[in-house]
Order: sequence, then C-alpha cells, then structure tokens
Amino acid sequence: MSGTFSARDLSMRFGGIRAVEGVTFDVQKGEVFSIIGPNGAGKTTIFNMISRIYTPSGGSLHFEGQDITRIAPHRIAGLGIARTFQNIELFSHATLLQNLLIGRHCHSHVGILSQLAFLPSVRRAEIEHRRRAEEVIEFLGLQRYRDQLIANLPYGVRKVVELGRALCTEPKLLLLDEPSSGLNVEETEEMGFWIQDIQKDLGITIIMVEHDMKLVSAVSDRVLALNQGRILSTGTSAEVQSDPEVIRAYIGGAPEPAKEDAA
Amino acid sequence: MTLRTSYAQDLTLARSRATIGWYALLLAVLIALPHVAGEFYVGEIAFVFIYAIAGVGLMLLTGYTGLVSLGHAAFLGIGAYGNAILLSKGVPFALSLPLAGLMAALAGVVIGIPTLRMSGLYLAIATLAFGTVVILVGEKWHSLTGGFDGFPVPTPTVLGLRIEAPEGVYYLALGVLVLVLLLAMNILRAPLGRAMVAIRDSEISAQSMGIHLAFYKTVAFAISAGITGLAGALFGHYVRHLAPDAFGILLSIQLVTIVFIGGLGSLHGAVFGAAFVAMLPQAIALVRDDLPFGIGRLPGLEPSLFGLILVLVIMFEPAGINGRWQKLKTWARNFPLHRRAAFRRQKSYAKSERLR
Repeated sequence: MSGTFSARDLSMRFGGIRAVEGVTFDVQKGEVFSIIGPNGAGKTTIFNMISRIYTPSGGSLHFEGQDITRIAPHRIAGLGIARTFQNIELFSHATLLQNLLIGRHCHSHVGILSQLAFLPSVRRAEIEHRRRAEEVIEFLGLQRYRDQLIANLPYGVRKVVELGRALCTEPKLLLLDEPSSGLNVEETEEMGFWIQDIQKDLGITIIMVEHDMKLVSAVSDRVLALNQGRILSTGTSAEVQSDPEVIRAYIGGAPEPAKEDAA
Repeated sequence: MTLRTSYAQDLTLARSRATIGWYALLLAVLIALPHVAGEFYVGEIAFVFIYAIAGVGLMLLTGYTGLVSLGHAAFLGIGAYGNAILLSKGVPFALSLPLAGLMAALAGVVIGIPTLRMSGLYLAIATLAFGTVVILVGEKWHSLTGGFDGFPVPTPTVLGLRIEAPEGVYYLALGVLVLVLLLAMNILRAPLGRAMVAIRDSEISAQSMGIHLAFYKTVAFAISAGITGLAGALFGHYVRHLAPDAFGILLSIQLVTIVFIGGLGSLHGAVFGAAFVAMLPQAIALVRDDLPFGIGRLPGLEPSLFGLILVLVIMFEPAGINGRWQKLKTWARNFPLHRRAAFRRQKSYAKSERLR
C-alpha cells in the first residue's frame, strides 16, 4: 500500500443508501488517476469525502502518510489537496484575479489586526501572492481576462479559471470533478492538454472524475471503474474499457439484452 | 486607466492621482462646509455621516460577506449606551468611543457564533430576535440604562474642547467616517476581505480553498458590529438623549435599506445609501405641504415611500445608487460615443444565492 494518496475500505451511507462501499485504491505520485462510472456510481461522493465535505461512514483516507479521514475541511487545502467542482463554484462577483488570490488563502499567514492596518508585512505578502497568481495566469494563458468579473466570462474560460484557482493553492494532489462537463469538443481537447501540462510541467498528481472516455484515455495513467458504490475494475484505460463487468454496467450485459436499467 | 507596471500598484487605495485629488477636494469642501452652511444643514449632514458609518459596517457584513442582519440597530444601541454610560462614569471620551465600538464588536461575536450555521432568512430571523432581546434588556435594566426614562448623553471633551452638537458632532463623525472607510478599504484589499467575498459567493469552494468559515463569519460579524457601535456612540451625541425603543426594528430596516438602495458590495454605495435614507424624511417634510390631494397629511407616508423606493430599486437597479453612479461615469467618459447597449440590464437568473 504505497502511494502518495490511498483510500482504504472507504464507505459512505446516506440513511439507507450505500453511496460508496468498500472502495480501496492507491494513487502514485505524479500519475493521472481517473474514476469513471455511470451516474450515481459514487464518484463525486468519493471526491467530497476526500475534500472533507462528507465524513466517511467507514474506512480511512491517507495523504502523504497522514490520516486525513477526520481533519477539518478548511485544512485540506493547506495539506496540498485542491479541487475543482462539477458545476463550477467560482466567486462570480469577483474578478478573475481575485479568484486566483483567494486560491492563495491557505498560504496567507498574516494576522487579522495587521490586515486592518495593512502593515508593510501584509503588503509584502500581497505582492508575493500577486506574483504567484500571475504565474498561474501566464501558465494558463488567461492574461486578457485578468480584471474581468467571472460572471462576464464564457463557460469554457470559467472552467480554466477554476483550474487556475486550484493551481494557486500550490497543490500536490489535484481533484478534478468532470473537467470536460459543459465543454465542446475543442475545449475538451484543450482541457486534456492543460491536464497533461499540469502533470508533466508541474509534477502534480491528479485524480479525475470524468465521463468523456476520449479524454480519459488520452490523459489517464490508470483508471478505476465504479458502479453503485463498488469497484468494478482497475487498470489502464484500455484494460478497464474492455472489462466485461464495465461494459455490462454501462450498456447492459450481452447475455441479457432485455436489461436496460443499468445505464 | 493608467498602465500598471508593478504589482504594488494593484495595492494602492486610489486608482490614480486624479482620484486622490477629487477626494481631497471633497474632504476640503466638507471641512469648510460648517462655516458656510446653516446649523440645520450641518446637523443633517452630520446625521448622514453617522448613517454612513453604520452603513459601511453593515455593508461589510451584508454586501461583502453575504450575511443579512435585521438586528443591527441593537449594535448601534449598544455603542450609544456603552459610550454614554462610560462617559457618565467619568471615562474620557478618547477611551469611551473605542470601548463602545469594542463592546458592540464583542456583542457581534456573541451573536455571530450561534448563528454560524444559519444563512438567508433563518439568519435574518435570528438577528431580528437578537435585536428585540437587546431592546428588552435596555428597557428593563433600569439601574444601568434608565429604562423608558431615557439616558442623557454627557457632552464629551476632546483635548479640552467641548464637542457640541451639531458642529462638533459633524467634525467628529466626519473624522470617524474617514477612518472607518480607510479601515474597510484595507480589509477589502487584504486576504480577510477576499475571504469574505469568497464566503458570499460560494461557501463550499471557500472552504476548499482553506477558508475557515466559522472563524471568518465571526470576524465579519465582529468588525461589522464594532463599526456600527462607533456610529451608535456618535448617534448618542447627535440625539443627546437615549431611549431604548429608538433602536428597534425600524432602525434596523433603515440600515438594511441603506445597503440595498446604495448598492450591495460597494463602499460608495454605503455612503450614497446613507445620504438617501438620512435625507429622505427631510425631503418629504419640505414638499409635504405642497403635495396635491392631501397626500402630505397621510400618516404612513414616510415608511411607505421607503418601501416603494426599495421595491423600485430592487426591480430596476439592483446595483443601487452606486450602479447608477458608475453608469453615469461611463456615459460621461465616453460621451458622445456611448453605446446604448452598455446600459441595458443583463438578464440574470437565480441570483437568490447572492444572499444565501
């Protein structure tokens, strides 16, 4: 059980519903690990447990040797785990730059009182944050939107901004919840390039939930297929896609063509 | 718009030298005003300043952190009574004013902590209840507040000068307003202000970015209540005689009206809104006798006008007076090349999360 991140026997119950059950996986440093599965398979639930929005009903989560199963949710970012959201959760009445600077929050250690007076220490820290934010702007090519309100940006750009905000936290592990949802074919391809750049140039480990199998095949080192809260298969993208269990979960089993409900 | 060449320029309070010049001019005019204007107008404008201080306080909470409070008049009351009681016990004004703010800030923490898990309507009702409780305590704690008999506010002295209403209060309120505005601008350019905006726009992702929601909401409550408490202390000197029922729900709603009419999420808006709300009753009084059909003699004229204007603002200019002001500036800058479409309202859906 080595790996920078590991989930052991993870389960989540909402009342009588077992959303996730007995899920165990390891993610190696520097890899892109994708979680696929039909709607309601429990993919986002796993993400919400990792970012501590939910407390798992059972099992444990470890990141870099530390047990993070019950850590306070706002401390996750400081440990080096950042995430994006399926339906974009940007701060829409703030500018792009402000959004990125909020991503720097976990690296800000100036006291409240010195902020009220805006002491020189605060000013120095702010300039450093601004410099880091500019690096991310440059990396993702967002220069021309820098001072625009998020509410005025097109959907495709907002997806990239969310990626940028996560990068501003200087993560070691990045959780991407359906990075291609709502994007057209070109934008999805571009998103794939960003993901590869983040993995190769910045050396960030990525766990991704995704439906677009073309994107999954293009960027993933390993894939985990999930159905009804349980693991169906783990392996390379090709292995998982040819696994009969996975095919049955997605399009119904070949021997029983009458069953259509699984999709 | 000047070309920026260093990151430090992003941190300046004013966008350009011209902006600083305009504000310096405005300040000079305001300082000179009492020598020109009559006592009545000086008093009215002092009242605008006091409302503006409270407006900035509530703006930080409602406009920037997205938390509604229907009990802010209570903080005004705590500041007013705190300051007056301390003064009557012989505490010098230089201490009693900040202490009044501090007391209100502590009260803000007390109300902030239990309401952390609430938002929207539930928070509004909880703060409303808090406001009502504070009024009741003020009424019943006769030995401290004088109850319904009221409490006379001693005239303060600063550096041997007696602060007499209205002129003394005018300068005092102007000074506090300038300080409070600087404080608010510092907050908004620092991580604290960004954390507040983040909580307003999306709690879930604010948390994922490492923002401790409970801590920052409490801080927002404390700062907002503290600033409102300062306004309360000055309000006490303005009215010179305190009664608990002056700080009830009606005053709370006036404060909420200030931030909504002024324009949520803007310090300009807090000041514009304060000017509007403080002067409307006087404006009504001026034209009351000239209104046709005896409208001027209708008893509920003032509150209904407030309500009507609030509804009209929310329907036609959700960005408030400040939104109008920004549009006017854009129009003037581009004249005669302005485009009509620039001022057309954009359609937006499901903006209710704004105050969630």
